[in-house]
Amino acid sequence: MTSAAVQDAPVPGAAGRAPAGLPRLLPPVRGVPEDLRAHLNRHGRPPYRGGRGLLIPSVEAAGLTGRGGAAFPVHRKLRIVAAARGGRAVVVANGAESEPASRKDALLLRVAPHLVLDGIQLAAEAIGATDAHLYLHPGTGREIMRALAERHAAGIDWLAVTVTEAPPRFLAGQESALVNRLGGGPAWPTFVPPRVTERGLGGAPTLVQNVETLAHLALIARYGPGWFRELGTAREPGTMLTTVHQPGGQTQVIEAEIGTPLRTLPTGRAEAGTQAQAVLIGGFHGTWLPAGAAATLTLDNETLQRHGATVGAGVIAALPADRCGLAEAARVTRYLAAESAGQCGPCLNGLPAIAGALAELAGPGPRRATRQNAERWAGLVTGRGACGHPDGTVRFVRSALAVFAPEIGLHERGQCSATNRRPFLPLPDGIPTTEDDWA
Amino acid sequence: MSGTTAFWYASRATGIVALLLLTAVLVLGLLVNRQGRLPGLPRFAVTSLHRNISLLTVAFVAVHVLTAVLDTYVSIPVSAGVIPFASSYERFWLGLGAVSFDLMLAMIITSLLRGRLNRTLWRAVHLLAYVSWPVALAHSIGSSRDLQHGWMLYLGIACALIVAGATSWRLARAARQVPRAARVATAMARHLPSYASHHPRERISR
Amino acid sequence: MAATLRVNPIDCTGHGVCAELLPELIHLDEWGYPVIDPDPVPPALDLEARRTVAACPALALKLIRAGTTARSG
Repeated sequence: MTSAAVQDAPVPGAAGRAPAGLPRLLPPVRGVPEDLRAHLNRHGRPPYRGGRGLLIPSVEAAGLTGRGGAAFPVHRKLRIVAAARGGRAVVVANGAESEPASRKDALLLRVAPHLVLDGIQLAAEAIGATDAHLYLHPGTGREIMRALAERHAAGIDWLAVTVTEAPPRFLAGQESALVNRLGGGPAWPTFVPPRVTERGLGGAPTLVQNVETLAHLALIARYGPGWFRELGTAREPGTMLTTVHQPGGQTQVIEAEIGTPLRTLPTGRAEAGTQAQAVLIGGFHGTWLPAGAAATLTLDNETLQRHGATVGAGVIAALPADRCGLAEAARVTRYLAAESAGQCGPCLNGLPAIAGALAELAGPGPRRATRQNAERWAGLVTGRGACGHPDGTVRFVRSALAVFAPEIGLHERGQCSATNRRPFLPLPDGIPTTEDDWA
Repeated sequence: MSGTTAFWYASRATGIVALLLLTAVLVLGLLVNRQGRLPGLPRFAVTSLHRNISLLTVAFVAVHVLTAVLDTYVSIPVSAGVIPFASSYERFWLGLGAVSFDLMLAMIITSLLRGRLNRTLWRAVHLLAYVSWPVALAHSIGSSRDLQHGWMLYLGIACALIVAGATSWRLARAARQVPRAARVATAMARHLPSYASHHPRERISR
Repeated sequence: MAATLRVNPIDCTGHGVCAELLPELIHLDEWGYPVIDPDPVPPALDLEARRTVAACPALALKLIRAGTTARSG
């Protein structure tokens, strides 16, 4: 079973239907959800392989990585769970986007749910799953239940999918928090080891994949790894969904080839004169870059990592020049601090302290020591939580302090370069205060 | 003094010492939980003393049981030390002693195996300390008349007051403790003065 | 056999016993939580490290042996 043999073997029934170019995940007609009939017309029924593990070489040859933010090689996760002994395995489709600036998962579940649901079934077959779950935020549930009922009637799914609602928390989509929630508890992360792939839901090996990742998997299963690699770069093949926040205020979900130059991304009408001063790449755990530098970069981790950034959850937000970057950063940091699970001393104490420091820097006349305090606390919380929340927050904060350093100087003298006080980045209302807020 | 009387005295003596030690263990355990310190001593002393004195207490209770068994004035089977109500002599009061001792053994064994046990289980068994102590006191009062008059009565009352005071203090602290889900909101209010006014804290219910 | 000290930050409630017993490798941050040297424990301190792990009132401190899948020690 060499990868060369697998790479070009056409999957029966799908020959000639492989989408050329873009879009791949999103339906051909923008904004029109694909129902089961349209989905079957476009892609046919899911091509089950007939046994555990048989799909994995294709996924490996395709080089698919997770689209939830961590970009972990999918085939490796599949192999670990497929190889686990014990007779039970769980597949979870993670549609709990949790990142306020990201809309891609919600959109995908609305317009192309059957690709995601195909992906669940195919991944379940590959790992020998005994249990399948779909985890999503409130709002999309009803259409998904309808889609599942349609598939059941048509005899497409081999494993029943349990749909569970995630609480509206930033950490709700974190792997171990998700498993806790599915197990009936609050969506709080737990200490790792053991990883959920070894011991997850109900003690069984659990495969957690972002819904977009599963959609890609559903296409790879039909059209093969060779087709998948037609777009993207050699090291990071394929396409990805990005949520682009343009300086003029428009937000769009765009499916882009990996490696696309960032400056070509906003394809909507950009209002004349709304220049960007800085770009946030990845999301609220991502990195700020100056607009000039961002314009030279491409949408792939190999390039972005050289500048301390990653594609993350595919959020690209271009902050208009007329806003105060520090005020934006302070708002987001305050949100991130409030969203701490409060389980680990350094995070529980450190993030609010950092948020307080940023709030002071965003106001007039902050003290000199505040910047140093923020730096000290940032160093203190890194790597000392049970999950990546403090680390991601620190990365956001550090890049903001670097990119908006001139603004800090202005504020110290009682000035501010902003002429527009309207908030730019989206933030939800509601602060968690009781355990019910995490259930 | 005959041999039997010596055993009987030894049993009563080790019994009262065990009760004192048990009182100390309970108070120390409370200090560990509340991260309290003993004046002049490092933090690890509180934990160390709690664990070591609990083992010493078990040793004293074991001697207390054995000397009572060896004493021939009354017939007490050795099993009465751990099997409640197995003795025909003072069946009820000695039975309480066995109950208390069983709880102590459960706490010690679960603590020795703590790494392998579910945390909630360990905690639940450990909280039985608050049952073990009053049962031990009842056993002490009922099975010999030592604690019913004289200086031993005052000793018993003092221990009871200490345990009652310590327990109510712990309950009061626990009731006032910010529940986990609200800890972040509390920390936020501390660092962001406007936080509390914009997001009034909901009533924290236990 | 190299071993590394790790703390489960969820179980840790900041008793501070570890920092007293092993100040060479552990100190407390400004909030009372342990900051642990990420390097492997020097062989000379191995016994002290094991005692410190046993002394933690919350059993939050662990000694991970290199080569084992990191489970609670």
